[in-house]
Amino acid sequence: MAYFRSHILVSVDPICVEKGAYDLIDAFQDELVKQGLVDEVQVLETSRIGDPHSEGPDLMVYPEAVHYANLSVTDVPFLVEEHFVKGRVAEKFMREIEEVVDEELSAPQAKEVRIVLKNIGDIDPLNIEEYIARDGYLALGQVLLEMSPEETIQEVIDSGLRGRGGAGFPTGLKWRFIRAAEGDQKFMICNADEGDPGAFANRRVLEGDPHSVIEGMIIAAYAAGASQGYIYCRAEYPIAVQTMKTAIEQARNFGLLGENILGSEFSFDLEVRMGAGAFVCGEETALMASIEGKRGEPRPRPPFPAQKGLWDEPSNINNVETFSNIPQIILNGAEWFASLGYEKSTGTKTFSMAGDVKNTGLIEVPFGISLREIIFDVGGGIKDDKKFKAIQTGGPMGGCLPESYLDLPMDYEALDKAGSILGSGGLVAMDEGTCMVDIARFFMEFTQEESCGKCTPCRIGTRRILELLTRICDGKGKPEDIGTLRMLCDQINENSLCGLGKGAPNPVKSTLEHFLDEYEAHIYEKRCPAKVCKALIRFEILDGLCTGCTLCARNCPVDAISGERRQLHVIDPDICIQCGICEQICPYDAIEIK
Amino acid sequence: MLKTLEKIPVDDPINDHAQRVIIDRIIEENKTLPGATMVVLNRLQEAIGFISPAMQVYVAKGLGEPVSRIHGVVSFYSFFTTTPRGKHTIKFCVGTACYVSGINQIVEKARQILGIEPGETTEDGLITIELCRCVGACSQAPVIVVNEEFVGRVKPNRFPKTIQDLKSKEA
Repeated sequence: MAYFRSHILVSVDPICVEKGAYDLIDAFQDELVKQGLVDEVQVLETSRIGDPHSEGPDLMVYPEAVHYANLSVTDVPFLVEEHFVKGRVAEKFMREIEEVVDEELSAPQAKEVRIVLKNIGDIDPLNIEEYIARDGYLALGQVLLEMSPEETIQEVIDSGLRGRGGAGFPTGLKWRFIRAAEGDQKFMICNADEGDPGAFANRRVLEGDPHSVIEGMIIAAYAAGASQGYIYCRAEYPIAVQTMKTAIEQARNFGLLGENILGSEFSFDLEVRMGAGAFVCGEETALMASIEGKRGEPRPRPPFPAQKGLWDEPSNINNVETFSNIPQIILNGAEWFASLGYEKSTGTKTFSMAGDVKNTGLIEVPFGISLREIIFDVGGGIKDDKKFKAIQTGGPMGGCLPESYLDLPMDYEALDKAGSILGSGGLVAMDEGTCMVDIARFFMEFTQEESCGKCTPCRIGTRRILELLTRICDGKGKPEDIGTLRMLCDQINENSLCGLGKGAPNPVKSTLEHFLDEYEAHIYEKRCPAKVCKALIRFEILDGLCTGCTLCARNCPVDAISGERRQLHVIDPDICIQCGICEQICPYDAIEIK
Repeated sequence: MLKTLEKIPVDDPINDHAQRVIIDRIIEENKTLPGATMVVLNRLQEAIGFISPAMQVYVAKGLGEPVSRIHGVVSFYSFFTTTPRGKHTIKFCVGTACYVSGINQIVEKARQILGIEPGETTEDGLITIELCRCVGACSQAPVIVVNEEFVGRVKPNRFPKTIQDLKSKEA
């Protein structure tokens, strides 16, 4: 194999091509031949370099990593002479390499271990070859050529991998059930309906490393004996849908999907199906109804999907992150995976951090790490150095945990015991300015709206809870409301048909348990300690701090603020709707909430 | 069923030749797919912008399904709408992170400027505002989606410019 001392990577994205990227490549080839460097310097095509609005055509020279732009064919002899013969940078064409800031995914922090996120941001998701270059589809080859389906299942069981969608059921065991089930056709389904507000890890995996999900699904299908697969993705993620479609097409062209994959006896194909904005479709039986083209209503289990699933055939559903772990488990072995994590929760988990924490974004940490480490070490602590109040885990079916729970090791069991859930890994940090009654009301509004209406406890129970919470936030709560809330929570939890209803009371239950004093302040003292509930607060402009800049008066949506320029302004409490805009925009902090 | 079809409003997409061609193509391309209903409705919503009652009857006929089932699906999922939307849509993410970061103040501002409630369209048919479920851009909360574009870290005092920009695009 030839050894080149330098590589010229010329960008052939549409903008650069239009500006003559291919002419430039030819010119480089000719010039390198002329200078006798053709065995030392290689010219290659690459995808986009730098920002898309650059002058183009862009190119990079490695190993120095120098970015040149705005070259024309006539500049080539000069550049080759300077850079490759004389060995100095042609500053005239050099461009600063821009640091691309990824707001969602920073470089790994000290306590992170990246398995699912390992390729994201480093590879071009729309180019299958970049995935293959990172050992992509190697695990698939290994499984198809060297392992039996039963051996594959055993490997996944030994790894201890559990469902990353939140329920935490052992993945390998699930595959064994469907393998054993009788049916004409078996289906492998990927649940990409990441509906929990506050969770976005699946979206990034689908958009950033689609082939890891596809490879995981093919391996799973081989183990389970499935011939057709579906990726059910929510409509709120249009880019993810598009990326997956492109990736599937590429995999098919490479013989990784379709008939006789990699020359084996095994055939499997895959299709993306889009949801249409129904949260309940994340529940597996509802999801299957939706793929069938019906209303996404859950049905009682048993029969479990492994026996009777999609179109009444044996089906298996796993989460995006679960599938994405599979190739790495096969490549590195079950033992390696099982060595990560904590007790019965092996491996890593991605968490989507949002809310009042300094570093928001995605992280991936081994199970067993404490919430405190996640929030304060990885997350950098609470924004504006405010006081930590609660962490909401697991989305609308999860709970809010106070400071005293921060040293819990994060795993499925510990969070369950604490009255919350791991769920899909959403973490929303809340500072002292968050009212816990209001947050419980917010979640209940969500579940109430997303309840499909099929079973009574969920349909009517969530509405009753919402009414009670709204009443309490409006300052009209009664002492007996707390008892009623507790009773409703238990009833809904015990009697609902699916996970949505069973989990719906969690935000209320956990806030009642950990933040009862806030409920009591609302009910007995008609006071909102966090100063959030509109009916219980009023805004006042402080004399001495107000400079009369008129900014608040100009931004007030209801014209409740009056005052002359450079004079103290006044808020009319009868008109004020407590929207809080004035308090937020006042440059002098002259507005106080009482 | 035919009776319902006779009463199609004049301005319904079914009566518009160009749109009728699109609708026919979407039904034709997908009708043999297993579970075609969702696929067809999703593509119609995208291509036409809404799924009118007459379109639902038309789809039912094309797919050989009862109208009640098509209507059941349309009314179940929040992405399907039965009336025309404005030329531009501004969606306000009401996920947890956006809620904690004050999306309500932005919605309030939109109400004030446009004089409409979420779910409604301005009289000139230019802008529709909607509340939507978490769009998964939580690290940039609060987030609005202007047409297909995500706008993060929205501030109440800078939001009016977004609307101004949409309006000046039309002028």
